Amino acid sequence: MLLEIKNLHVEIDGKKILNGLDLAIEQGKVHAIMGPNGSGKSTLAYVLAGKEDYAVTEGDILFNGESVLDLDPDERAARGLFLAFQYPIEIPGVATMTFLRTALNAQRKARGEGELSTPDFLKRVREAAGKLEINQDMLRRAVNVGFSGGEKKRNEILQMAMLEPRLAVLDETDSGLDIDALKIVSEGVNRLRSPERAFIVITHYQRLLDYIVPDVVHVLSRGRIVKTGGKELALELEASGYAQYQSEAA
Amino acid sequence: MNVEIRQMRTAAEQALADAFARHKDRLAKPAAIGALREAAFARFEASGLPHRRVEEWKYTDLRALMREAVPLAAPPDTNERARAREAGRFIDEAGARRIVLVNGVFAPELSDLSDLDPGLTIGALADRLSRADGAVPGAPGALDEDTAVSLNTAFMGDGAVIAVAPGATIGRPLHIVSVVTAASPCAVFARSLVDIGNDAQMTLIESHEGPADLAYQVNSVLQLAAGDKARLDHVKVVREGGRALHIGTLMATAGADAALNTFVFTVGGAVVRNQLAIVLNGERTEAHVGGASLLRGSQHADNTLVVDHAVPHCTSREVFKSVVDGDARSVFQGKIVVRPNAQKTDGKMAAHALLLSESAEADAKPELEIFADDVVCGHGATAGALDGELLFYLKARGIPQKQAEALMIEAFVGEAVEGIANGAVREALMQTVSGWLAARG
Ligand SMILES: Nc1ncnc2c1ncn2[C@@H]1O[C@H](COP(=O)(O)OP(=O)(O)OP(=O)(O)O)[C@@H](O)[C@H]1O
Ligand SMILES: [Mg+2]
Repeated sequence: MLLEIKNLHVEIDGKKILNGLDLAIEQGKVHAIMGPNGSGKSTLAYVLAGKEDYAVTEGDILFNGESVLDLDPDERAARGLFLAFQYPIEIPGVATMTFLRTALNAQRKARGEGELSTPDFLKRVREAAGKLEINQDMLRRAVNVGFSGGEKKRNEILQMAMLEPRLAVLDETDSGLDIDALKIVSEGVNRLRSPERAFIVITHYQRLLDYIVPDVVHVLSRGRIVKTGGKELALELEASGYAQYQSEAA
Repeated sequence: MNVEIRQMRTAAEQALADAFARHKDRLAKPAAIGALREAAFARFEASGLPHRRVEEWKYTDLRALMREAVPLAAPPDTNERARAREAGRFIDEAGARRIVLVNGVFAPELSDLSDLDPGLTIGALADRLSRADGAVPGAPGALDEDTAVSLNTAFMGDGAVIAVAPGATIGRPLHIVSVVTAASPCAVFARSLVDIGNDAQMTLIESHEGPADLAYQVNSVLQLAAGDKARLDHVKVVREGGRALHIGTLMATAGADAALNTFVFTVGGAVVRNQLAIVLNGERTEAHVGGASLLRGSQHADNTLVVDHAVPHCTSREVFKSVVDGDARSVFQGKIVVRPNAQKTDGKMAAHALLLSESAEADAKPELEIFADDVVCGHGATAGALDGELLFYLKARGIPQKQAEALMIEAFVGEAVEGIANGAVREALMQTVSGWLAARG
């Protein structure tokens, strides 16, 4: 199992948000997580990435069979965890190119690999950026500063493509994308699908799942997985909404 | 009613008075300069060292911070001159012409005075002061009563006198290297004069350094006059030793259609006060006044400035940044003055501090004093820790905490340094930032 979440309880500022969440993901699989606003989807994503504001009060997260609860976010990233943010952060004064290079080399260093040479790095960025239709000018600009909503999301996927994680969590990467951008981003994700790599795709819309076809779909409500099914579950939800799951979980 | 109650002299004030008396013979000649010094010292005697109840020195209580006055520096001997040879090399990439002041004394043998660009003249202030007609320009408005400037006038010994003829473009930057190499604590009072003619252009670097473990004191004044359509890029770098007291004053005036850019970068010194008085005397002139300070330990650095829009249609931008770690303290006091007739003034001032520890402190007092009605002026100040959300984003990409912090600090300072026109100077300053961050561990 690549990822195993067992009975996860999470609080922030004394408020319980995740209440005994269980989730297991095999490598090579794409899991979609859907659920009403405020049900805890982003919280799950942040806790996986290691955000300090959240307190894990019970349960465990195993990545490749090892608990990651005591690891810092950068250590988790070096082991292959990646989070595409629902709201990507602007970093004034740090050029996208510098950022990508610093991140990539930091991860390589943590794994005991050598730094990438400048030509190798540039070649990889240009290739990856080209496929996502991100132009060179954007790479020179400060990370996400002045980027449109869609550009920010594409930039997240660019980072994912460069960092080649084992598990990528995409938190509403489709929101704010126009139809063309949705295609570009989905293709970017699909290109990275491989037997070694898994994805958690958090979304509100069935449409994304037409492009990135999931192996498993979960419904998260009030901090727990309340229903798991195949890709047809997403279609059902599109028709019936979450009302039944919210009352069930209550 | 205005009642002045003078306290008893502090030890430092007494020592300054003794020094003025002891060096009277030398300081009194020639008569015109002697009279200037007398008047200046009398101003100092009347006010004493400034303390926190003096508004301009509110956050830098010199009476408390300057416990004692050390003896005036003696003329540098051969060894002291030899030790000055490597000073200011951190910025060598700029390829600047070096003008070296050792313990405040112009050292021609260490300076690069050969093949001067056409229109450029360089001399020693001591020569100017020794002439009966060797007038020194008076201080512009804001600082004519300032205690530090008065003390400098009373004791100034030497410095550089630089003139750029009208129409001359000096391609190679000039670098006034001020270095203290004395073996025992000493006080340096240096003054340099820079005159840039109409239509002339120059880049001027000014750096200050000295021994790491010596409690020396520097009171340095730079008087700049830029003519009509002149362009001056000035960068001052304070790299004084960890026990040094540095008070540096820039007094600048600019004519019409001029471009005046000045930047002060502070990374060294125990107590540093950079004061700037800039008067825009000609219309359509643009002034960019900036600074960055990197402070740690118990360093105290104060940037205090007054930008005086004396005429209409001028633009000024003031942006100061400080990074404060440990128990250090950064102070910013900035004032934009807009005179009654200075319509269409465009002035914006901002001070930003990044606090890296719980005990770090930043004080900011930006002010506008506007007497005209058709102007666009504004100011702002921020102080805070590194943004946790940003740090998390960087860490989530695999960048460890310290490196993420360094990246953000570099970006923060970099935004200020970016405004410096000379690429090699920018590069040297960012190298200094990297060095500072590396020492942070
Ligand atoms: N810092 C915080 N302090 C208090 N409550 C918080 C904090 N952060 C999140 N919450 C709460 O936790 C709950 C879950 O939020 P989360 O962002 O995980 O939801 P979500 O499922 O991602 O919602 P959406 O679909 O709107 O993105 C919400 O009720 C939210 O208000
Ligand atoms: Mg969310």
